[in-house]
Amino acid sequence: MKKLLVFLKDYKKESVLGPLFKLLEASFELIVPLVMAAIIDTGVAAADGGYIMKMCLVLVLLAVIGLTCSITAQYFAAKAAVGFAAGLRHALFAHIEKLSFSEMDTVGTSTLITRMTSDVNQVQNGVNLVLRLFLRSPFIVFGAMIMAFTIDVKAALIFVVTIPLLSVIVFGIMFLSIPLYKKVQNALDKVLGITRENLTGSRVIRAFNKEADEIAHFHESNETLTRVQLYVGKISALMNPLTYVIVNGAIVVLVWTGAVRVENGYITQGEVVALVNYMSQILVELVKLANLIININKSLACGNRIARIFELEPSIVDARGQGEDGKTGKGAEPDRIRTADTAAAVEFSHVGLIYAGAGEESLTDIHFSAARGETIGVIGGTGSGKSSVVNLIPRFYDATSGVVKVDGRDVKEWPLKALREKTGVVPQKAVLFKGTIRENMRWGNPDASDDAIMEALKTAQAEEFVRAKEGGLDYGIEQGGRNLSGGQRQRLTIARALVKKPEILILDDSASALDFATDAKLRMAIRSMTDPAGGKMTVFIVSQRASSIRHADQIIVLDDGRVVGIGTHDALMETCDVYREIYDSQFKKEQ
Amino acid sequence: MSKKVSGQQKATLGKVLRYIRRYWFYLGLSVVLAAVTVALTLYLPILIGQAVDKIAGAGQVDFRGILVILQKMAVMIVLTAAAQWIMNACNNKITYNVIRDIRREAFEKIERLPLKYIDAHSYGEIVSRVIADVDQFADGLLMGFTQFFTGIVTIFGTLLFMLAISVKITAAVVIITPVSLFVASFIAQRTFSMFKLQSETRGEQTAFIEEMVGNQKVVQAFSHEDEALEQFDEINGRLQKYSLRAIFFSSITNPATRFVNSLVYATVGVVGAFSAIAGGISVGQLSSLLSYANQYTKPFNEISGVITELQNALACAARVFELMEEEAEAMDVPGAQILKEADGRVELEHVCFSYAPGVKLIEDFHLAVKPGQRVAIVGPTGCGKTTLINLLMRFYDVNSGEIRVSGIPMRELTRKSLRSNYGMVLQETWLRSGTIRDNITMGKEDATDEEVVAAAKASHAHSFIKRLPDGYDTVIAEDGGNLSQGQKQLLCIARVMLCLPPMLILDEATSSIDTRTEMRIQKAFARMMEGRTSFIVAHRLSTIQEADVILVMKDGSVIEQGNHEELLAKNGFYADLYQSQFVQA
Repeated sequence: MKKLLVFLKDYKKESVLGPLFKLLEASFELIVPLVMAAIIDTGVAAADGGYIMKMCLVLVLLAVIGLTCSITAQYFAAKAAVGFAAGLRHALFAHIEKLSFSEMDTVGTSTLITRMTSDVNQVQNGVNLVLRLFLRSPFIVFGAMIMAFTIDVKAALIFVVTIPLLSVIVFGIMFLSIPLYKKVQNALDKVLGITRENLTGSRVIRAFNKEADEIAHFHESNETLTRVQLYVGKISALMNPLTYVIVNGAIVVLVWTGAVRVENGYITQGEVVALVNYMSQILVELVKLANLIININKSLACGNRIARIFELEPSIVDARGQGEDGKTGKGAEPDRIRTADTAAAVEFSHVGLIYAGAGEESLTDIHFSAARGETIGVIGGTGSGKSSVVNLIPRFYDATSGVVKVDGRDVKEWPLKALREKTGVVPQKAVLFKGTIRENMRWGNPDASDDAIMEALKTAQAEEFVRAKEGGLDYGIEQGGRNLSGGQRQRLTIARALVKKPEILILDDSASALDFATDAKLRMAIRSMTDPAGGKMTVFIVSQRASSIRHADQIIVLDDGRVVGIGTHDALMETCDVYREIYDSQFKKEQ
Repeated sequence: MSKKVSGQQKATLGKVLRYIRRYWFYLGLSVVLAAVTVALTLYLPILIGQAVDKIAGAGQVDFRGILVILQKMAVMIVLTAAAQWIMNACNNKITYNVIRDIRREAFEKIERLPLKYIDAHSYGEIVSRVIADVDQFADGLLMGFTQFFTGIVTIFGTLLFMLAISVKITAAVVIITPVSLFVASFIAQRTFSMFKLQSETRGEQTAFIEEMVGNQKVVQAFSHEDEALEQFDEINGRLQKYSLRAIFFSSITNPATRFVNSLVYATVGVVGAFSAIAGGISVGQLSSLLSYANQYTKPFNEISGVITELQNALACAARVFELMEEEAEAMDVPGAQILKEADGRVELEHVCFSYAPGVKLIEDFHLAVKPGQRVAIVGPTGCGKTTLINLLMRFYDVNSGEIRVSGIPMRELTRKSLRSNYGMVLQETWLRSGTIRDNITMGKEDATDEEVVAAAKASHAHSFIKRLPDGYDTVIAEDGGNLSQGQKQLLCIARVMLCLPPMLILDEATSSIDTRTEMRIQKAFARMMEGRTSFIVAHRLSTIQEADVILVMKDGSVIEQGNHEELLAKNGFYADLYQSQFVQA
């Protein structure tokens, strides 16, 4: 949580002024009982109407000053808290964006979303409350005690005993409830997970008539949540009654002591009233403090969870020394320059990959080299590691053994951004974002002209349907591209990668929703494309369709994470059993 | 404007009350205890006042009298604390049960919402209504109970006690009261719309986060981080602006009402002091009045604070209720039949359907499927294949025309029985969090281990399941976790293989599975489809050429129909499609 406080640094002024004005207000509030005591002892005792009126004006004046200070304080506190939250959200979002896939796989998307939304809100609340009240309440508590001392030392000793006693209770309950709030949050996360799941799976759940079961499932988690909430509630409900007993018990003692002191002529009747008033003020403030502490508890728990996200280090970052070293560093390395024209575009040497948390290698000893301009087909069974292979090229994951080279240079030595600019990836899952088609296309190149976009759409065989859409490039895509068919989505994601004009294009089983005719036309169009430097694109086609990769320059056949054959179609038909089997499974009928 | 807003608030409040009513016992108890607590709390200053009066000055203290009063006080303090504690417990109980009920009903609603609604709303937005909004609402409700209610009782109680001491002073206090109320309601009305704006912007931001974080891979592949951050900052900036307004304006309430309180206090002080001089009241009574002035005004203070919180809570509740009041899937017609075991006949007559009015999709569609027939649907992407499945499963209702299953119009069947007659495997695989076994047995919960393994073997999922750390008991995370797309699809197939309903829908069921495995699954599929009416959507023509009827769809209508050979002989669209897979690329 401490680490999060840096987000207040732009609001130093507000964070100091807010509490300060609150303290000013509180100071004025502390004077009120003294004024009242004066009214009783001087005004009433001497029957001095003028004096009473004068003191009354003092009270009004104190109120006006209090109001001004307080509003000022609220403004500064709100500004600081809201600014803090905005800064925190910004940093958190930026941080999450940097996380690599391994971390994303482990943490889970929905957790990250909760952290960014409700947790940040809770922290914002906490900051706001702390700025407004955290100093004020203890200040009044101790202020009241000090004022009591100015009246009568002996009576004030009661305050000295009462305050620590109250603190023990307030803080004791606080420490009891902190771990419980964590439980509440976990239970809430579970409920959230089920809700999400039921939205994403609504079709399947209905198809299997599982609604009732899901409701029962939800009910169970919901009940658990309620139980934990009730338990925590019970404990924090102790706070008010206990503090009430102590403060009023203190008042009883105070009245008795006061009586003794008055009897002996040390203090006046009005001063006893003032002492009782101060004790009551302490109660009011402690109740506030107690509520405040509960809220701070919640906020701290949320803050700590957020801090843990910040502690996650992206596992894939630019190599150390990148950008410092004059030659390979920034500036000196124009993004698309080629290190050595003779080097292979992509080279794998004895690459192995173990996913985080997995015991076995998902890829073993992958070894091949793709020359610039070649089309490489990658084929193999489900789970054979096809996607894993291509995921290593733009460094979505890091190889655990061996070296992956792009343009003759280890990918770990490339600046990440430059590497990813060279590569255009069309992922298996066709993801589009809310916005117009044009906006989606410009992901590849923010400056792409409409002509360039249309050209890419044409290559991706998407031109026709985009033109048919209302507004063409201005057609609005809904979240996740729900208002498009699977095939349309796929073609748009391909076009998006093409807008980028990458040197290396990776199609990760990205034509699966396309019919064969479109698929064939697509491949033809892609082969005729050239990269900006005039060279041919190096294309990786991952597919389960033999027809999609049949004409590739090299076909890599994978089985269970190993290469079982590399070569052209004809060669593989001769030598590779797995390939022949795959091919036959798709084409046998026609032969 | 403000009237409209408060009308909406009232309606929401009414709905909330309906939920609270279920816990009337606790509510009643809470009310009684609140009254007891307040009465005891209020009696205390009178006792203190009496005690103070017995401390007139040096040498004039009545110790015996004081002792009696102090004893009384001690008993009351303990009683008050006990009542307060039980009351708090009741309030907790009501609040957490009410929000449990609301969450539950909201969730039940989700299960009954038409897919049209779910398809058209972002998941993040719906989730935020059920979780974040309900949570916020709970906070408000709890505060409402603990402070709003006792606050009101305190106000009236104090007035009564004050009246008992001095009518004049009470009158002075009552005159100032409306000012406080006016200030509070003035601010509350203005902040409601600000809270709503804040809440909407939050929803927008949540949706954006979900989109970007959920698809991080694409974001990173395109080095789109900076742009995404920029967009995020735009929303974030707006949220900051709205939040500042909402928070600041709502937090003015507190100081403003406190100011009014100070005025009340000063008034009581002055009027009381003059009465004391005139001999109307004693100093002790003045001190009681002063502490009443504090107690009387404190609830106003709290109430106005609570009101702003309640505003926020109501705004959140309104969003939840909005979801809960969405029109649910049309109920089954009265007397709807239960389709026991479909004979496999499916007829579509004059079916028209479109997702959005004005955008035509399927028009005047006819199809008659005989029992046991295999119907393959092919066509270019976006031609309406998946839409047809949506209609067959009754995820969407036809706009006009009729679909009959086993000769019975679909509208006259219960949805449940209709759907249970279909086994469905979709391209978009979905697994629920739970074990592998849970997922496979979705359609048949009482399946034995042997049956589960047999189904998994038939779908060729067994071998990879075996390799997982805990085999069939491996818990898979939300959305399938670390399984590959193909593995997920195999599980979805196993799911159907296990329950084997009389009709099948395979919508790109094997699109993510390699062809070698697919070929083996095909055999199992073939066995499965024997005697079962099946609808198969596929791109791989190899998977569909054995179908009895192939529907070639284009732009929402069937342009060719027949079996593989007939269609090839026609040399039309299908033939083109078929030949294209051998095109040299």
